[in-house]
Amino acid sequence: MIYAITAIAILVSIALALTRAILGPTSYDRILAANAIGTKTVLLIGVMGFLAGRPDFLDLALVYALVNFIGTLAVLKYFKFGTLRGTLSKPADNS
Amino acid sequence: MLKTISLFLVLMAVWLLLSGHYTPLITGFGIASCLLSALIAYRMDVIDHESHPIYLGPRIISYWGWLVVEIFKANIDVAKCVLFPSRYLRPSMFTVTASQKSDLGRVIYANSITLTPGTVTVDLDDDQVMVHALTEGSADGVKNGDMDQRVTKVMKET
Amino acid sequence: MDLILDIGTWVLLLAGSLLLLITGFGLLRLPDLYTRIHAGGMADTLATFLIFVGLSFQSGFSLVSVKLLLVIVFVFFTSPTASYALAQGSFVAGLKPKLDGFGQSEQKEKDDA
Repeated sequence: MIYAITAIAILVSIALALTRAILGPTSYDRILAANAIGTKTVLLIGVMGFLAGRPDFLDLALVYALVNFIGTLAVLKYFKFGTLRGTLSKPADNS
Repeated sequence: MLKTISLFLVLMAVWLLLSGHYTPLITGFGIASCLLSALIAYRMDVIDHESHPIYLGPRIISYWGWLVVEIFKANIDVAKCVLFPSRYLRPSMFTVTASQKSDLGRVIYANSITLTPGTVTVDLDDDQVMVHALTEGSADGVKNGDMDQRVTKVMKET
Repeated sequence: MDLILDIGTWVLLLAGSLLLLITGFGLLRLPDLYTRIHAGGMADTLATFLIFVGLSFQSGFSLVSVKLLLVIVFVFFTSPTASYALAQGSFVAGLKPKLDGFGQSEQKEKDDA
């Protein structure tokens, strides 16, 4: 019961974040919304695992948390440098 | 070399906790993959005191406890701010000086600021930390330097 | 004993859900990118903490709880890094935070007038 309530709350929250992703106005707002949706998906996977009585879903949540982080950083790097190639020659990459 | 062995032990502990299957074959695969990872890390020479901060020891655990309490308080502040923006929302931007000497200490400090909702590190340049704060209360929380001193204490750099 | 754990789960999950709803609301309502980052950070930290601790009450002392704790630790380590990268990226790109036009300055204008 409580799992269903939590899952619905998470879905509503994802819908709100999705609205922000559609509205923009800047691309950074959209990245922020995508990152927030990713974090909420981790929560959703965990809760759904308990709802379905299969806590092995947590392995997926664990992997999703890491993939979400890497994905956000990759998109940000693409926005900043315009490429995903290694930029070790640029000193600005140390920041 | 000692750090490589300790890295292997940490990897092995994480593997055992995550796996849940303890037949000889699967466990053998686990040991083999952990050995391979430790070996590759050793050959790449990426194991230094920064990527393997086991020397911070129990002090960082008690710091985390304090940090979780701070996160609780800050979350209530931000929630109030979202619900009643006209009364609480006072964004500000300012620069504070980090008193840590090492890069790791500064990263812990900057990440702690970001982890506490209501304050976000915008720029970290040498020891100058630029912070964006949501309310006056959260701005004061960074400005009074309590967190800064605690991180310095964790790093034993007082 | 089970009843206490169930009540604990209910309270923590409901608090987490409420916090998530406030977060989604804040993402829509707050005026500019930097303030929205604060709202997003709220979901990353306390909501994750509350919901996963609430779930771990149900699984007891088992490998499942360890995994729940590991998710919390991962999220707590990675989310500030992502937030910092986002804030720094937009700051370097020249996006200026909106700092005035809120309550205090309006008060000042009223005082001046």
